[in-house]
Formats: sequence, C-alpha cells, structure tokens
Amino acid sequence: MQSSNGRGWGAGDGSERSAENQQDHGAPSRDVPYEDPWYDALASGWGEVDGIGAPAPAVPPARGEHGAAAVRARDVYVEVQRSAAFQEVRARYRGFVVPGVAVFLAWYVGYLVTATTAPGLMARSVAGAVNVGMLAGLGQFLTTFLLTWAYARHARLCRDRAALELRWDTQELTRGVRGDAS
Amino acid sequence: MTGHHQTLALVLFSGFVAVTLGITTWVSRRRQGSAEEFYAGGRLFSPMENGFAIAGDYMSAASFLGVTGLIALYGYDGMLYVVGFLVAWLVVLFLAAELVRNCGRFTLADVVAARMSERPVRIAAGTSSVTVSVLYLVAQMVGAGSLVALLLGRTSGADQAWAVIGVGALMVIYVSLGGMRATTWIQIVKAVLLLTGTIALTVLLLLRFHGDVDRLLLTAADRSGHGRAYLAPGLKYGGDWTARLDFISLGLALVLGTAGLPHILSRFYTVPTARAARRSAVWSIGLIGGFYLMTIALGFGAAAVVGTDAVRASNAAGNTAVPLLALHLGGGAGSTGGTVLFAIVAAVAFATILAVVAGITLASSASVAHDLYASLRRSRGTARSEVVVARWAAVGIGAVAIALGLLARDLNVAFLVGLAFAVAASANLPVLLYSLFWRGFTTRGAVWAVYGGLVPALGLVLLSPVVSGSPTSLFPDVDFQYFPLQNPGIVSIPLGFLAGWLGTITSDEVADEAKYAETEVRSLTGAGAV
Repeated sequence: MQSSNGRGWGAGDGSERSAENQQDHGAPSRDVPYEDPWYDALASGWGEVDGIGAPAPAVPPARGEHGAAAVRARDVYVEVQRSAAFQEVRARYRGFVVPGVAVFLAWYVGYLVTATTAPGLMARSVAGAVNVGMLAGLGQFLTTFLLTWAYARHARLCRDRAALELRWDTQELTRGVRGDAS
Repeated sequence: MTGHHQTLALVLFSGFVAVTLGITTWVSRRRQGSAEEFYAGGRLFSPMENGFAIAGDYMSAASFLGVTGLIALYGYDGMLYVVGFLVAWLVVLFLAAELVRNCGRFTLADVVAARMSERPVRIAAGTSSVTVSVLYLVAQMVGAGSLVALLLGRTSGADQAWAVIGVGALMVIYVSLGGMRATTWIQIVKAVLLLTGTIALTVLLLLRFHGDVDRLLLTAADRSGHGRAYLAPGLKYGGDWTARLDFISLGLALVLGTAGLPHILSRFYTVPTARAARRSAVWSIGLIGGFYLMTIALGFGAAAVVGTDAVRASNAAGNTAVPLLALHLGGGAGSTGGTVLFAIVAAVAFATILAVVAGITLASSASVAHDLYASLRRSRGTARSEVVVARWAAVGIGAVAIALGLLARDLNVAFLVGLAFAVAASANLPVLLYSLFWRGFTTRGAVWAVYGGLVPALGLVLLSPVVSGSPTSLFPDVDFQYFPLQNPGIVSIPLGFLAGWLGTITSDEVADEAKYAETEVRSLTGAGAV
C-alpha cells in the first residue's frame, strides 16, 4: 500500500523544520544523516532488519528509575514538551485528528440514528435497486477509506520527519543526562 | 448435508491444524524465552505482515457467518453491523495505533501506568482487559461449538462439547508454546485463507449475475419475501423504540469498542516503530474494508441464490447462509463443485475461529502475567519468570474459556461479541484516551474510569432481558430484569468517561506534569520507545 521506506519525503519542507528544531530547544549539535542505519532498522521492513540486527533501544525509558539521573531525564521531557518544535508536531497532529474524529463520528452517528429513526428516508429509491440507505452505507466505507488515506498522508508529510528529529534529540538528551550522572 | 462434505471439510481443517502446529513448532525451536519474544514476537514484523495479522484477528467467524446470515435474513439491517465494524478502525488509527505503540511495551495497562501510581492502575486495567478478552473468547468458543453442529451435521451436545474442548486445547498449545510469533503467523495464514475464499465466492457470485449488481439486489429483494423493504432499514431493528435504541447502543459499542480490545492493541507492539504501526493499521483497514464489502455482496447473494426461506430453514439465525451459497454456486447439492466449495468454506470458518481464539488468549495471558501477576506478587521477579507465568496463564484462560463456552452454549454469538465490545468501550477506551490526552488525569481518575465503565456494563447486562425475564434469556424462570436494552453501551460508555472525570476532579493528588510531558513526548515522537 505504501512503498516509501522513509527516504522519499519532500526534502524542502522537512529540512526547514529540522533547522528550526535545533535552535528551538538547544539540542546538542548533531549532524545525523537522515538515512542512518539506526533509522532504517527501525522504520523499514523485515528483510533489512534481519541484516542489521534487532534495533536495541538507545535509551531505556526513564520511568521507574531512581536517583538524580531519572529526575533530570524527567526534566528533559518537560523541556522537549515546551520546545516549539514539539508544540508544532502536536499542533499538526491535533489539527488533523480532532476535526477528523469529529467529522467521522458525527457522520456515523448521524447515519445510525437516521437508519433507525427514519427508515422511510433511507428507503427512497435513487436508481434501480439502489436507494438512499445503500448509498449512505457505501458512503461510510468510502469516507473510511478516504480518511485513512488522508491521515496516513498527513502524518507522512507533516509529522514523521519532525517527530523523528525530536525522538533522536530527546534520546540524545536523556543519554547525555544519564552519562553525566554515572 | 452428505458425508462427502464432512470428510472433505475435516481433511482440509486437519491440514490447517497440521500447518499451524508446524509453524508453532518451528517458531518455538528458535525462541529465547524473553518477554519481548513471547508478548510481541520480537517486534520485527513488517507493516504488511502485521496488517494481515490484525485483519486475521478482527475478521471473526461472527462476521463471516453471522453478519452474512443477518444480511441474508434481514437485508439492509445486517449491513449496519458491517459499517460499525469498519468505521471503528478510524478510532484505532487516529487515536490509538501510533500512540499506544510509542508509549507501551506489551499491554494497554503499560500506557496508563506510565503516568500514574503503578499498582492500582495496573490491577484495574489488567482486570478489565482480562474480562473483555474472556467475554470475546467465550463468544468464539460458543461459535465453534455451533459451527460443528451446523457444518458437520452433528447436533448432539457431546459433539459440540468436544468441538469446544478441541478448539480450547489447540489454542492453548499455539499460545503457550509459540507465543506471539506463532500466533501472528497463524493469523496471517488464516487471513489469506479467509480472504481467498471470500474473493472466490464473490467472483463466482458476480459471474452468475454477469456483473449486474442491480439485478443481484432486485433478485435478493424478490426472493426474500419482503420486496423492496428488504433493501431498506427496519426489518430487524424497526420495531418499538427499545429495539431502535438498543441498536444505536450496539452501534456505539462497535465503533468505540475496537480501540479498547486488548488483542487488537497488543498487535501494534509487534512492529518496530509507530510509523510501522500506522502502516499496519492502514493495511488492515484496506483488508478489512474489502472483506466486509464482499460479505455484504455474499449476504445479498445468499438471499438471491439460495433464498431467504431456505437459509432460515437451515438455521434460524442465518449462520449457514455462506456455506449454503457456496454449495449453490459450486453447482448445487450432490455436485462435486458444490461439495468442494462447501467443504472449503467450512474449513475456513473453523480456521477463523481457531486463529481469533489464539490471538485473544495471548493478549489475555499477557494481561494476567504482565499486569496482574506483576502487580500482585510481593517481590520483583525477572522478565523470564513472567513469561513462564504467561504460558501457564494461557493454559488457565483456556480452561476457563472452555468451561464458560460449555455453559454459555445456548447464548447468541453476535450478542456476546457485542457485549465484549461494549465492555471494552466502557472500561478500556475512557482510561486510554484520558491518559493520552488529558494533562490533569490522576491515578484515582484512572481507577474510577476503569471500574466506572466495567461495573455498570456488566451490571446492566445482569439486569437486562438477556439474563432474565424473557423466554429467550439465560434464566427464563426468574425475573430481575430492570434494564430494557440488551447492549449496555449507550449508558455504560458515557458512565466510564464520567467516572474518570469525577475521580480526577475529586482527588487530592495533583497530576505530575513531568510524567504527562513524558507521555506526550513519547507518544508523539517515539522517544524512549522499546
């Protein structure tokens, strides 16, 4: 269905944002090439992963740990959360998902309520054996497919790259914190 | 139904069992016994593989046999079910797939417990996950029992009981020996078989009508005995207002419940990243959507080719519509084509039940070992000992499911599935959404959200006409029916959300900003994800 393996994104849009990331929350400088094996191992399919080996998590989750390192790792997350780059990713996610959920839930509940309370309307014939209800039902299928496509496309184009940068930065930061403490 | 059907169906089904047992053995030879391996299959499945496995987990016999039967009997009203089953996936894709993959490790409780005081939240979420799984499991076991009666022509209680026991034993073997990796491959094999069978039947059906869908629908309406009313809503759910409200309740449960089903959520942990989780959800929506479109065609086709009266004569609930359609499309009773197609459909239906049951058992054994056992024991053991517990939990859950499946033999399968969805939507969805999106959510809120959805959902079912007070209920002789609807969703889902909100605003605890920051950053970026 989707064949892109992470390399096919529009370069213009993403690189601007990656520059923005670096300034926004003072990440340590990292000229990480985008197509590094670490990323490939995580985001690509079965065959490639086998060659590289299991993607060992660079940083174990901070929760559950005690001591100074854990406390400061927590601060890293707060810091990242407040960064403009993260706010941007979150705004893009919510900007798509909130109206999306509202639209499809309203459309589905509307369909359900109409079908149960106004069968006469649904029975109105449109062409041949096809009536309003049939069209509405198939319309639900169609909108589901369309919204799925739109969501995947939006995430791929507007979020993935920035989110990956942030993931990398955050893990670098938490690793730095842990390194200092030990 | 002659002996030929049965023999051929049994041979095909034995072939499936042999292949899946082979997969299980092959997979378990290479296992290392780690928790990662057992619960998440090493997290190295590709999006396409996981998409097929999710589709395999979701397309149960209830949809293959039950929904087509409903369409064959009631026309348009059966279609309403299918729409709910599919639209639900948008909730999963938009709100759950990526975020759950990023935040959790093995179970739903992982996501919630990351922010909260771990023990009470884990126990609550683990309890509700196991409850949902067991309900769903019982539905499938009951389906297995009645399928034997329907397809092999054996109606005695002993045969049904042996079918339930056999399915239970097989699923325990798959899960406890093969873990997630074997279960996933079984789902993939089953999804391919089911889709191939459905496509073949749909093509044959369309060929018979020369691709003229309009004529197919008109013939179906004619032979249904209802005329054009068959193609419009109202035949099944058009009665009094209670029936209509009941259906709206069911529709809500279907749409909101999928994102709370533990065995669906745990499938997202088998891929390496959130991006892969999203792509597997997209794959599964494509596969599931295509499958349901075909089941609609097959349902109307059964009415058109076999005739509604013949379908009803074979099984009052319509569950044999697809096998009968296969028999007719293959050339009718007694012909070789008909026999072969019938046997294939029967074997695929068995394979479907077996695979779905294995997926649910695995998810619930993960909840028992990773959430309940890990929280309730005093000392912290290793992850390895947790896997041992999970294997034994699979055996225990298998035993419970067999016992309940034998007890609940006479309950309607579609009702049980609807109930599992309602409990999932009431107990699991509110706590999941609140912990992902609500900054101020607290431990008390989380615990209340789970129990505030779980208890009303189960309580309302106890007080409903399903359990008592009507001739078709579980205990027809007593009457403690105070709640008119069969499906509690319309009341219990809002109650779950309300309880979570109430618990949060009444608790003294101040939500930990840093932990919420961690959840939010991790959920959207994947930082620190395993």
